[in-house]
Amino acid sequence: MAMTVTKPGPAADTAAGTTRRAKNFKSRVLIPYAMLAPGIILFLVFMAAPIVYTLVLSFQKKKVSGLGLGKGSQSQVFAGLENYVSALTDPEFLGSVLRVLLYGLILIPLMLGFALLFALLLDSRRTRAGSFSRTAIFLPYAVPAVISSLLWGFLYLPGVSPFHFLARQFGVALPSLLDPNLVTFAICNIALWGGVGFNMIVMYTSLKAVPSEIYEAAKLDGCSEIQTALRIKIPIIAPSLVMTALFSMIATLQVFAEPTTLRPLANSLSTSWSPLMLVYRDAFTRNDVFSAAATSIVIAAATFIISFLFLRVVQKRAFGQEN
Amino acid sequence: MRKSFRAGAVAMLAAAAMLTAGCSGNSGSDNGSAANDPNQKVELTYWAWAPNLDKVVEVWNEKNPNIHVTVNKQDGGDPAVTKLLTAVKAGSGAPDLIQAEYQKIPTLVAADALADLSGTEANETKSHFPEGVWNDVTLGGDALYSVPQDTGPMVFYYRADVFEKLGLSVPTTWDQYAQAAKAVHAADPEAYLGTFSSNDAGWFTGMTQQARASWWGIDGDAWSVSIDKEATQKVAGYWGGLVEEGIIDNKPMYTPEWNTALNTGKQVGWLSAAWGPGVLSGNAGSTAGQWKVAPMPQWDAAKPSTGNWGGSSTAVTSQSKNLDAAAKFATWLNTDPEAVKALVTETGIYPADTEGAKSALTEAPAFFSNQPDFYDVVGDAAQSVSSFTYGPNVNVAYNAYNDQFAKAAQSKQKSAFLDAVKSMQQVTVEDLLQTGFTVK
Repeated sequence: MAMTVTKPGPAADTAAGTTRRAKNFKSRVLIPYAMLAPGIILFLVFMAAPIVYTLVLSFQKKKVSGLGLGKGSQSQVFAGLENYVSALTDPEFLGSVLRVLLYGLILIPLMLGFALLFALLLDSRRTRAGSFSRTAIFLPYAVPAVISSLLWGFLYLPGVSPFHFLARQFGVALPSLLDPNLVTFAICNIALWGGVGFNMIVMYTSLKAVPSEIYEAAKLDGCSEIQTALRIKIPIIAPSLVMTALFSMIATLQVFAEPTTLRPLANSLSTSWSPLMLVYRDAFTRNDVFSAAATSIVIAAATFIISFLFLRVVQKRAFGQEN
Repeated sequence: MRKSFRAGAVAMLAAAAMLTAGCSGNSGSDNGSAANDPNQKVELTYWAWAPNLDKVVEVWNEKNPNIHVTVNKQDGGDPAVTKLLTAVKAGSGAPDLIQAEYQKIPTLVAADALADLSGTEANETKSHFPEGVWNDVTLGGDALYSVPQDTGPMVFYYRADVFEKLGLSVPTTWDQYAQAAKAVHAADPEAYLGTFSSNDAGWFTGMTQQARASWWGIDGDAWSVSIDKEATQKVAGYWGGLVEEGIIDNKPMYTPEWNTALNTGKQVGWLSAAWGPGVLSGNAGSTAGQWKVAPMPQWDAAKPSTGNWGGSSTAVTSQSKNLDAAAKFATWLNTDPEAVKALVTETGIYPADTEGAKSALTEAPAFFSNQPDFYDVVGDAAQSVSSFTYGPNVNVAYNAYNDQFAKAAQSKQKSAFLDAVKSMQQVTVEDLLQTGFTVK
C-alpha cells in the first residue's frame, strides 16, 4: 500500500504530531472504510436505496383531475397510510395469505421430510450408487421454476397428459389436478420436485461433517443404523434442519413462478393467488406501483417477523449446545 | 426512541415531497421545429413488435434519406407500454414512435405519453379508415393520438369437413350457433364448437362490441362505465347458458390442450379475428384446407355487425422532437399503397386502411387455399365493426375479466357469468374513483 511521506518543514515539532495523527487516522479509519467501500456502496445502491424508494412510494398515490387526459392532469400526491390500510383490509390480500399458509403447511413438512430421509439413506453405510442418486435427486433443483411448471403443466392437463391417456386406456377417469380444490397440491408437487434436492444436499453436507468416532462409539454400544439415525444424526444436524426450515418458509411466502406459469392453463388460479402475484398484478397490470409498494413492505415485514419468531422458538433447542 | 422515530418520519416526508416535486417536473416537449427545414437530417426511433416491420421501414429509408427511421424491436404490447410509461415519468428515454394497441391509447394519453397529431398531415387520413377504428385513435374528440395500422375484425372459423359430415349449415345467428354447438357435442361428447376463454379479455370485449356495447364513455368532464349494461349482460348470459348446458367448453384458449383439440378436431370452430390464419397454421398445421371462414353469427341478422379483437396503431410520443417528420412517416406507413402492401406481405397483418386492404389482399392465405373468397368475407366484416370507446383503466377491467370469468367458467353456471359482469363493473368504477376520476 502506497503511503505519502510528509517532508519535515520549519515547524517540525507540531508537524510531526500532525503527521502521526494523520497517519493514525489514515490507517485506522480511511483504509478500512476504503476496503469496505465496494460492499457498502453496493449495499446502498442495490439494497438500501430501493427499499427506501419503495417506502417512499408506499406513502404516495396517483391523483387525477377531470378526464385525466392530456398534460398535467395526473399528479403524485401524499397518501399517508391509505395504501397500507387498503392493503391490510383487502380481502384479496387476506385470501392470498391464507392460500399460501395452506400451501406451506402441506409443502414444508413433506419437502423437509423427504430431504431428511434421502440424506440419511445416502449417508447410511449400505448405500449403493450414492453419487448417482445424489445427482439424480439434486438435478430438478437446477431446472428453473418456470420451465418445471411448464413441464408439469403438460402432465397435469387432461387433454395432453400421458397419465390421463394411460388411465383412459384402462377405463379410469383421473380427476384433473388443475381443478380448484386440487390445484394447491399441483403447485406443491412442483415445488417439492424442485426443492427436495437442495435441502437434501444441505443436510447431507452437514451429516458428512460429523466425526466418524461418534458412529464407531455408537456401534460399539450396539446401536442399529436406524437408532444411529434417530438418536445421533438428526440431533447433530439440527442446526441445518432449522436453517432449511427457515429458507423453505421464506420461499413459501414468496411463491410466484409456479402459480403464475400454471394460471393461463386453467380457470382455477386467480391473478392474486399468492401475495407476490398480487403485488405483481398491482404494479404491472394495474399500473399502481403505490399499492404494490405498500403490499411489498407488509410482506417483507411479515417475513421478517415470522423468521424472527421461528428462530426464537427453535434456536434454544437447536443451538443449545453452542451457548 | 420516539424522538428518532419522529425525525425519521420527517425525513421520510421530506424525501416524499422531493420525489413528488421531481416527478411532476416538466416532461414537456417543443414539437416539430427540426422538421421544418427540409434539408436537415432527422433521426427517428420506433418501438414496435410486429415481425419483420424493419423490412417495411427499409423501403421508407431508401426513399427518404432525410428522415431516417430505426426500428427498435419490442417484446410485445404490454412490455412496450410499461417501458414507455417509465420513460415518460423519467422525462427522457422515450422513442419518437411507438406501436400502440387501440385499448392502450387512453392509458397512454392519460399519462401524457402521446403527442396530438391533429395539426399534422396525419389528420388528413380519416377517409382511409373505418369509422369505429378512427374513433379508437381520437377517443371521440378533436385530438388525434395515433394512426391506425391493423385491425382484427372478428369472424367465425369452422371445420368445413366436420360440418359437412354432420349435415350442419353455417350458423348466421347466435341461436343457430347454439343449435350447431349442441349437434357437434351430441355427435362426439369430446368435441365442442368452441370454448369460453377466461384468459382472453380482448376476445370477450370484441364479442360485446358486436352486441353494440361500449364499456366507457366521455360525458363532459366525467367518464362513464357501462360494462354492466344490457349488451354485455346479453353476451355473458348467452355464453353462461351454453357453458351451463355443457355444449361449449369452458377451458382457456392458447393452452397445449386447446392446440391439441384444434389439431384433433375436438375444437370444431373458433370465433376469432382476421389474423386467425396465422395462429391456425401454427397451432393446427395438420388441418390445413379443412377450415373455412364465415361472418360472425349475428344477434340481429338484419343489422349485421362485428367486433374487433386486437390490432394496433402508430403513435408519436410526447417526447419526440420531430413531430411533423414522425407524423409524416406514420401516415406513409399506414396509408401509402406500397407500404400497406409491404405490411401485408412482410408482417402478415390485416391493414386498417380499407382501400389498401382491398388492393393488397387479393389471394387467400395458404392455410385457406380451399376458400378463394377468404378476404371478401373478412373485408365485409371489417366494414361492419361497430364503435367502441376504451377508457383510461382498460388494464384493470381486463384483469377483473380474467379473475371473475375464470371463477364463472369453472362454476359452469349462467348466474355466475352475470355476477362476473357485475363485479367487472364494480372493480372498474372503484378504481377510477380511487384515482380521482369523476365517474357518472
